[in-house]
Amino acid sequence: MNQTHSLPGPDDITRFVLPNGITLLLRSNFNSPSVTLHGYLPVGSLFDPDEKLGLSDFATSSLMRGTETRSFEQIFDSLESVGAVLGFSAGTHTTSFSARSLMEDLPLIFDLLADCLRQPVFPPAEVKKLRSQLLTGLAMRAQSTGDMAAITFDKLLFRDHPYARPDDGYPKTIRAIQRDDLADFHRRCFGPAGMTLAIVGAVDPARVRDQVEEVLGDWVNPLQPAPPALPELLPLSETVRQHVPLAGKSQSDLLLGVLGPRRRSPDYPAASLGNSILGQFGMMGRIGDVVRERSGLAYYASSNLSAGLGPGSWEVSAGVNPSNLEKALDLIIRELKLFTENGVTQEELSDSQDNFVGRLPLSLESNAGVAAALINLERFDLGLDYYRKYEGMIRAITPAMVVEAARRYINPSALAIATCGP
Amino acid sequence: MSDCLLTTLENGLMVALKEIHTSPLISQWIWYRVGSKDEKSGSTGLSHWVEHMQFKGTARFPASMLDKAIARAGGQWNAFTFLDWTTYFETMPAPAIDLALNLEADRMRNSLFDPQEVESERTVIISEREGNENEPIFRLSEAIQQAAFRVHPYHHEVIGDMADLLTLTREQLYQHYQAFYQPNNAVLALAGDFDCADMLERIQALYSAIPTAPAVPRLERPEPAQPGEIRLDVEGPGETAFLEASYHAPAANTDDFFALSVLDSLLAGPSNLNMFGGGGISNKTSRLYHAIVDRELAVGVHGGFSATIDPFLYSFTLTGHPTRPLKRALSALDDEIKRLQDEPVNPDEIARAIKQARAMFAFGAENITNQAFWLGYAEMFASYAWFSGYLEKLSQVSPADVQRAAQNTFQTSSRVVGNYLPSGGEIE
Repeated sequence: MNQTHSLPGPDDITRFVLPNGITLLLRSNFNSPSVTLHGYLPVGSLFDPDEKLGLSDFATSSLMRGTETRSFEQIFDSLESVGAVLGFSAGTHTTSFSARSLMEDLPLIFDLLADCLRQPVFPPAEVKKLRSQLLTGLAMRAQSTGDMAAITFDKLLFRDHPYARPDDGYPKTIRAIQRDDLADFHRRCFGPAGMTLAIVGAVDPARVRDQVEEVLGDWVNPLQPAPPALPELLPLSETVRQHVPLAGKSQSDLLLGVLGPRRRSPDYPAASLGNSILGQFGMMGRIGDVVRERSGLAYYASSNLSAGLGPGSWEVSAGVNPSNLEKALDLIIRELKLFTENGVTQEELSDSQDNFVGRLPLSLESNAGVAAALINLERFDLGLDYYRKYEGMIRAITPAMVVEAARRYINPSALAIATCGP
Repeated sequence: MSDCLLTTLENGLMVALKEIHTSPLISQWIWYRVGSKDEKSGSTGLSHWVEHMQFKGTARFPASMLDKAIARAGGQWNAFTFLDWTTYFETMPAPAIDLALNLEADRMRNSLFDPQEVESERTVIISEREGNENEPIFRLSEAIQQAAFRVHPYHHEVIGDMADLLTLTREQLYQHYQAFYQPNNAVLALAGDFDCADMLERIQALYSAIPTAPAVPRLERPEPAQPGEIRLDVEGPGETAFLEASYHAPAANTDDFFALSVLDSLLAGPSNLNMFGGGGISNKTSRLYHAIVDRELAVGVHGGFSATIDPFLYSFTLTGHPTRPLKRALSALDDEIKRLQDEPVNPDEIARAIKQARAMFAFGAENITNQAFWLGYAEMFASYAWFSGYLEKLSQVSPADVQRAAQNTFQTSSRVVGNYLPSGGEIE
């Protein structure tokens, strides 16, 4: 089997743009009896006012609670009766959705997707139930050392930028959101412009295009807002640190890091390979080697580069016994210094390059894997030939480019450090 | 089973192979019939710790080299320990499968268990346990499991008790490894882009020299019937209450297991049977969602059970509403169970459960790792036929079977009900 030809490319991805601004990406896989759909709309918590933070998340969670033609019960009965799944989830810039079903049930999925997106009615009784569920989720979040470290890290790193805010809000802001706020938010912010859909399975592209056009082709929303302008983000000038005390816990979580590149930044490939060497490759890279393998301090310790439409974060996280917190932080900061001072060896880089290229077929074996890849192509405008050119792009990165990217972003003396535990 | 090759080598190693040529990938799983049920009090956590040590190297494949070699090839590997079994998998681009084949054959017998590595792993596993203890549900489930199994070794969590994690020795770990990591105690399963005859030849070359080992005497301590309902409380931080109600459930290799699977689907939503890929199905039209979440007696309800050699547990977990005690939710659960015990279900509900299972298997089949998983997994408590005949078995379940399973399994007198009582506190 020829590997290059199993990767998605311009000759087997079909892309359509409907007149109302919806982009469709399709790839056929006739080996599978099922079909997967992923997609997003350009609406998210960036549109939430501070005093009603979580509005986008709450509205998105309400979409399947009842529409002009179906009750909550009817929506889920039609899905669950055929073993299908449809779900929506709000993020910062976008709201994502995904679905999967047996091939025979795809028309049902389109019908429900369009119904929930276009005509949700936010039934008061359902909104009330959902509010209790969201508040319970926030109460559980407040008890999670990992979640609280992450929320605190974002506050320290992003300061007065909207990225500092948790998408799911706070108990106070969720209580402030009324049923009419949800309906109003939907009326203003949900629309077809910028919506993207990727569908993978035993599908005929032209037929699927017609099916989507039938249910979503006449959707318009003249109120749909442009993405809000965001303030510039500047790196920290010195290390800032905050601990969230949580009594009765056996383990502390730590998260430290810096601002990272945007996904579309030219630095991204070098930073991404650097991150692999730092805290991903094999058993969690250099960080895993020092913190877990050599010191036995943690079950998990790794680094992560989270790059999106705007600047992201480049961070290291670990869960450690509370008495080992300082020791683990010292070890990690020492690794960050070594990383930015000495860079990486050619051998380390080649290892990670091999890994990036070698793992592609595995990440793309399922319909869901391919659908996620197609969404990435569109969201970050990478081009339909991205996966075919991927190996060349990865192999072109040199150790000098990695260390340059590392130094551009990581200043070990200006870190955001968040910890949570007893 | 025309698409699979099942055979047993002379030394007792079972081999299952399945050609799938849709992606240039091969997934290999090796299963050992050893898990936490093979551990006595005082040496709990042995099987899981041995699993960790299997990543610490052999003379031929030193620890530092293994992770890197798999990662360079773009492969994925991991391992899991459960009540009845321990398993290791590698999913690799097909041209790189030799590495995984050699590695797995080598570490069946030749892992080093270096004393320094044992000590370093002790604190890693303690850290893993501490991470689990941060979760209220772990604390509650552990207490319930201990109460439900007074005699049977299913009574402790797979990760083991802290007292044992602090004191187990390198010799105990190595003995456990030596006793159970033997060809006649293992199943090797591969699925993916290969030729069966050729693959079998390679496997024979790698394993034939390993001799059959004497069978290890197993702990046989059947759990006596529970003499009455047990209720317990676990206290801990947080402001969310949880309730778990656990019932002794049938073993996997019984007809009642299949009836209980149907019951599970319609009562709590179908449990996802795939370990990799596919994902589950929501449960918002299940009977318990209607009776408990829709009526705002709790904000969440889940039910589920596992395929096990001996009878284990069917557990319902309820997540507390911010302002309502879970007592009423438990009464609603009891009412729903009584309804299933008193009235036969509609055959349509069984047909629905079958369609749900069919969809989940279809989603799971997209993924070679998951397909290879199924080849070996069902052998741990039944046989591959258990998996291949699963949908057929479900379709034979009658309303009377479902009613009988509800009567047999969901008996108040043989359940353990545990409450997680949160200490409260302000949240941001």
